[in-house]
Amino acid sequence: MKMSILNRLLLLVTSLLAAWQVAVGINGAEALPMVAYTIAFGVLLVAGLLLIIFGFDVLDSPIVVIVSTVIPLSLSLGLVWEHLVAYRTLYLLFVIVGFLAILLTRLLPLRNKLPVIVLAFVHGIAGLTIFLLPIVWALTGRATHGFALVGVGGALIGVGGLLLSFLKAGKPLLSRATILKVLPGLLLLMTAAFVAGFALA
Amino acid sequence: MNNLQSAIRNLQSKLRLYWPLTKSLQTGLLLSTGLAGCMSARCPVMHWYDFLGLALSLFLAIAGSTIINMWYDRDIDARMKRTCNRPLASGQVSPGETLRLGLVLSTLGVSMAVTMSPLYGLVVFAGLFFDVIVYTIWLKRRTAWSILWGGISGGMPILAGRVFGLGHVDGIGILLGLAVLFWIPTHILTFAMRYHEDYQTARIPTFPSTYGFMATRTTIAISSVLAALSIAIAGVLIGMQWGFVRLLAVLSAGLFLLAVASVFRPTERVNFGLFKYASFYMLSAMILLSVGALI
Repeated sequence: MKMSILNRLLLLVTSLLAAWQVAVGINGAEALPMVAYTIAFGVLLVAGLLLIIFGFDVLDSPIVVIVSTVIPLSLSLGLVWEHLVAYRTLYLLFVIVGFLAILLTRLLPLRNKLPVIVLAFVHGIAGLTIFLLPIVWALTGRATHGFALVGVGGALIGVGGLLLSFLKAGKPLLSRATILKVLPGLLLLMTAAFVAGFALA
Repeated sequence: MNNLQSAIRNLQSKLRLYWPLTKSLQTGLLLSTGLAGCMSARCPVMHWYDFLGLALSLFLAIAGSTIINMWYDRDIDARMKRTCNRPLASGQVSPGETLRLGLVLSTLGVSMAVTMSPLYGLVVFAGLFFDVIVYTIWLKRRTAWSILWGGISGGMPILAGRVFGLGHVDGIGILLGLAVLFWIPTHILTFAMRYHEDYQTARIPTFPSTYGFMATRTTIAISSVLAALSIAIAGVLIGMQWGFVRLLAVLSAGLFLLAVASVFRPTERVNFGLFKYASFYMLSAMILLSVGALI
């Protein structure tokens, strides 16, 4: 499917927003969460550029599943490291093991449902963390209300992930054309929510 | 009145023919490296007319040498599908007119540069000399390694810009020049692979035709890493803020991953995607070096 000029523009703005976030960083973040956030927004930035250069065909590559895991895993790691101090080591372990599990189950020629189960589990935990943690923190006064926007971004990344996962699994929730039509807008909204959320936190 | 109108129309049509001779995108990219080189010097005082002079002298010298190259390579351009419609190869502009234009622009550019600063002028002249004499006239038709000299001449604008800003040659300037030199293979060799048959028809030795596609892709991957490292080290030495260094690292990682993908999953699409990304990467790196020096 050929990408429209509007979609290219949306992806360019997404990449610029992600680049902005990488450049300004997160105020007061320690080294590890800073690296984690840089990886997350860096992947968003490069993914946006690659989509502009290669078009939507790049989404058919098997490596997309692995790369798209990096965004929620690294974002959630940054959040947990900053806000759930007691669970830092445990969550870091989960991120490393989860990523390796996805990598292995995608690279090995497995014919059972293990790759899908692993992907759903790891994505699910990371996605729920990004969605719930900022909202709970904002509602309980442990962070400003603006920080809840990061949770909104988490919800949007979840919607995008679901749409793409079901599409790749051959059971699309919406037609491929519709998904590809809304994807750049969804990516932009998600990135804008993350950037605004971190700025207002 | 009619004479004036026809003179203006004549000038407009000439400019329309001359503009493609300058390879505006390539010239623009090299010009951006020169301006970034100057900004990287962090001059405490920089007058707008100095900066304008730098931009104009570099543009004239780069465009002039590009036009002379096109004049010299007109027989090659006429044989290649990709270039046979260029104004000179298709006979819209005469060879004599093209050579005169190239010489006038080059002379103006170098003269202006020498007037502004003799050392800066010398570096600009060195870039022109390496590009026209060493790369195009001497080596391009003899060896695939000619791109090394093309790369050295490509690194001259950024070094020239830095020399203009500082007043002397320094290690960072040479490192920035090396960054462009290492970046050139990613730009040129992906192109040489895409138009492999064209170059063979024109009997121009290239890396793909001499060493094969696999060796060429590996060369691109290695040179991409070296280019990224050189720019990053130069950025740190210049004193760029960590945020800009992080952004540079992210963009470099994208370049490296695409180069690796072109080695292990080689397709025409990945190859040309790498070419486009490499151009974007260099422009972004130059913007970051410039903005990073301002803040």
